[in-house]
Amino acid sequence: MSVAADKPARIRISGGRVIDPAGGIDAGQDVFIAAGRIVATGSVPDGFNPDLDIDASGCIVCPGLVDLSVRIREPGKEHKATIASESLAAASGGITTLCCPPDTYPVIDTPAVTELIRMRAETTGLTRIVTLGALTRGLAGDQLSEMAALRKAGCVGVSNALQPLASPLILRRAMEYAATFDLTVFLHADDHWLSNGGCVHEGRVATRMGLPGIPEAAETAAVARDLALVQQTGVRAHFCHLTSERAARMVARAQYDGLPVSADVAVPYLYLSEIDISDFNTQCHLIPPLRTVEDRQGLREALRRGTLSAICSDHQPHEPDAKLGPFPATEPGISGLDTLLPLALQLAHEQVLPLPDLLHRLTRGPAEILGLPGGTLASGATADVCIFDPERTWVLDSTSMRSSGKNTPFMGWEMKGRVIHTLLGGRLVYSLAD
Amino acid sequence: MNLQIDEHGRLRHFLSIDGLNRQLLTEILDTAESFAGVTEQTVKKVPLLRGKTIVNLFFEASTRTRTTFELAAKRLSADVLNINITQSSAIKGETLLDTLRNLEAMHVDMFIVRHSDSGAAHFIASHVAPHVRVINAGDGRHSHPTQAMLDMFTIRRVKGPDFGRLRVAIVGDILHSRVARSQIHALNLLNTGEVRVVAPATLIPAHAESLGVHVYHDLLAGIEDVDVIIMLRLQRERMQGALLPSEHEYYELFGLTNRKLAHAQPDVTVMHPGPINRGVEMDSEVADGSHSVILEQVTHGIAVRMAVMSLAMSRKQEKPE
Repeated sequence: MSVAADKPARIRISGGRVIDPAGGIDAGQDVFIAAGRIVATGSVPDGFNPDLDIDASGCIVCPGLVDLSVRIREPGKEHKATIASESLAAASGGITTLCCPPDTYPVIDTPAVTELIRMRAETTGLTRIVTLGALTRGLAGDQLSEMAALRKAGCVGVSNALQPLASPLILRRAMEYAATFDLTVFLHADDHWLSNGGCVHEGRVATRMGLPGIPEAAETAAVARDLALVQQTGVRAHFCHLTSERAARMVARAQYDGLPVSADVAVPYLYLSEIDISDFNTQCHLIPPLRTVEDRQGLREALRRGTLSAICSDHQPHEPDAKLGPFPATEPGISGLDTLLPLALQLAHEQVLPLPDLLHRLTRGPAEILGLPGGTLASGATADVCIFDPERTWVLDSTSMRSSGKNTPFMGWEMKGRVIHTLLGGRLVYSLAD
Repeated sequence: MNLQIDEHGRLRHFLSIDGLNRQLLTEILDTAESFAGVTEQTVKKVPLLRGKTIVNLFFEASTRTRTTFELAAKRLSADVLNINITQSSAIKGETLLDTLRNLEAMHVDMFIVRHSDSGAAHFIASHVAPHVRVINAGDGRHSHPTQAMLDMFTIRRVKGPDFGRLRVAIVGDILHSRVARSQIHALNLLNTGEVRVVAPATLIPAHAESLGVHVYHDLLAGIEDVDVIIMLRLQRERMQGALLPSEHEYYELFGLTNRKLAHAQPDVTVMHPGPINRGVEMDSEVADGSHSVILEQVTHGIAVRMAVMSLAMSRKQEKPE
């Protein structure tokens, strides 16, 4: 998955605070890059003459971020966003690898769609896009997809996205088949029947507002079932953005018991709760839904402990019309590429977890889940690097946002932490203009 | 920001009881009282909204509510247009907004809106031109504030203005009922002594107590010593959703009969927002009996809707056009 590179350059990133959580590094150091790879951090390699010297003083130098869940909307919904638009948003947000779920149109259930996305990503050349293949054909939930072919075409895992499976038996078979090819199954813990078409968390706010609720049990019952099937089949599984404290505890217990399961959290669930849907704020219409303040706290705790080993954006860009309507009739999701890093950094400011641990959950943590070698600044690693100024503040507005989707409840928030440079495979793909 | 109330604390839109205050509710009830006289006269018209155009914009079927809104508007001398957009397919946001913009272009002064999605009236109110008023005639499971106000009006007429000494029980499908939600908010804003809801657990929403009610699963215990019983309509489709086993069992457990009514206060008042499923939520002997004020509720609906419309429009009238 090489990115078309210009003439390979030798780059020195000097004066920054290098944090490479995977390598246990947190020190004022220089980073040396040649031929698209990290050649050293710390002392200058013999005879290294940089073609380019990037001044990172006052900045943190870390591996490029890896985002587990990004709807790029291409192919099929280019009126919302495109690979070109979202690649730029990713690069300006310090994200060098993003993972696209299979619910594109057409669905990623054939090598051709995977190829198409990869080719367009390479042409754009601003970020790496990896794909999850469909777990079932057309995501219809009843027939297995050709997983071996999808894996060969480069899919890093399989998932049925938000679509339900016809029965637990299909899930069992799909897990067994995925395990055969050493594919990780990415699960959205949702019991479709219990969710019953709801649009918000079934709790006090839903009751007050008369909005159809999704009970917590829709998530926990699905996690329980899925864990039992992981135990049964031995497949490696990942739970995509959990929303409840109880579900996170169940996964923690399973991890303690040695099951090969991981889980992530999406940024909005660490900041928002059911209370934010009051006044029918459609920007807070998310699926799975925002749950209680206690759940938000529980997710932060699970992130700190490492049960949740990755933070993703769960980026879902929309055109303005998608959010213009009565709450239940609007499309769920938040455009999150632009805010992944600054909102995550806020957790370090709030001392939820130390900065290196936080950066681990944005870099090596998700890379491990995807089975990718990246997310590190170790010598020999591909030079995907994010350089950001942790103190720099900026306001999120429709001009500072790079994503095509301006749908975010964080509009107008002051963000702290701004990406100054992003390198992809040793190539400077983004520099903050000013 | 409160969409419903202007900077002087006066009614701008009427979208939900939640978000209003006791003073406003009382003002609506008092104004309705003054209109109740009008509706009982031989010449039933007042010229308050002469020259105004009011659109009944109904995305969901309704006879009673739409008709009483229409009558109320006509008695205020407004011009009324009925638009029913009841195709079952979900109305997309842009379509709804387009519909609205088109009607607005015809210089409409007020929309009366009914829609199957909770929040629809709020959505419309936040997108209309500043001079246009919106009144919610029922949105999803969220709110049906004029129904709640006509119920409060009826209770006040029968029981007097002191809600503090009243126990009120609302019986039936609380979960899906916009009427119940609005009634609960209104009763609590008017400082009702006790508000109870009575239903099996399948028809009670999560954390119902947080609405300010006591939850009962037993009808006799729930109506013990109450002064007012409000029965809700049971939708037949609740049987299919595995919410209830049968109409028969529901009637046995939660249907109101004269025998059961004896557990309430001797002068208990029985209400129902209509239309009634006789033999399901209540017996005919109760519906047509001496405790029932069901038809008065319908009559009061006109005066209350006149009150809400005229109050929402009054601010605008003060300004020269």
